[in-house]
Amino acid sequence: MWEKRRLSVVGLGLVVLLLISGDILGAAQPTEAAQDGFVPMGEIPPEDQLPAAPLLVAAYAIVWALAIGYLWTIWRRLAEVEKELADVARRVEERESVPENG
Amino acid sequence: MHRRLFPVLSGLSLCFFLVAPVLIVGAPYESTMGLVQKIFYFHFPAWMAMFLAIFILGISSGVYLFRRKPSADRLAVAAAELAVVFGLMGLITGPLWGIKAWGVWWQWDARLTMAVVLELILVAYLLLRQYGGAGSDRLAAGLGLFAMANVPFLYISTEIWRTVHPRTSVVPTLPVDFGVPLWWSLVGFIVLCLSLLSVRCRLEEQRAMLDQLYLAVEEE
Repeated sequence: MWEKRRLSVVGLGLVVLLLISGDILGAAQPTEAAQDGFVPMGEIPPEDQLPAAPLLVAAYAIVWALAIGYLWTIWRRLAEVEKELADVARRVEERESVPENG
Repeated sequence: MHRRLFPVLSGLSLCFFLVAPVLIVGAPYESTMGLVQKIFYFHFPAWMAMFLAIFILGISSGVYLFRRKPSADRLAVAAAELAVVFGLMGLITGPLWGIKAWGVWWQWDARLTMAVVLELILVAYLLLRQYGGAGSDRLAAGLGLFAMANVPFLYISTEIWRTVHPRTSVVPTLPVDFGVPLWWSLVGFIVLCLSLLSVRCRLEEQRAMLDQLYLAVEEE
């Protein structure tokens, strides 16, 4: 007897739960009819648009940076080689002057 | 290369580069791409400067291979390095335009892939010169000729294959308003390329002089 009553209460509870969940799920569904394909849009929303100005500025800045950076590396290497050249030339001069003095 | 050449050419290229933004800002907006199309005024000249450097590399490599002129080899090394720098400019500015125009940074289509391969050939040339050891100068000269042979194929690739990249045939047909800033920038890039080449050649000459001096010291 108690078993039967318990089962009917559980069954009633399940039915109520299903009804409530159906309501909630129904509210989450879109009210508009489903689309069969892609629909073209006149204009892209502003949040989806990529700003062109930062890309343009970045492109020009990178070109300038590469040109100036490369020139700087050439100057640096040239300064090192010229310094080494002066050192070796001085050593050669010193070596040549030793026998004359001796 | 003459010492006086660098100040003259660099001053000239600076003038071109200072005026170029004024002309680019004054140029009209392209109807489909809008503002981002203006990257083209630096992107295209960077590739043209790279091609010039590659032609100098190829011709001087040929002269070195067949006539064994050390000055031609020095010019080839300088031009190869410049070609890498200008190629890098093109490879960076292209995707900055592409992300806006195509919606993606990169596409592995024929044109873009060939551009990367050409850049890699030039990097290989420099690596060979740096770490190749004895005899690498002649091997590298062959690679320089190979790089030059690639340039025409890269240029006409958009006409031969279907690619997402705009066709190169649009350049000669540009209206005057678009053409003036483009040709101005192009001349600026060519002068910049020659200016950097002159100072880079000087570095190679100084290195050659240093090597000769070390050899003279060792012989004594």
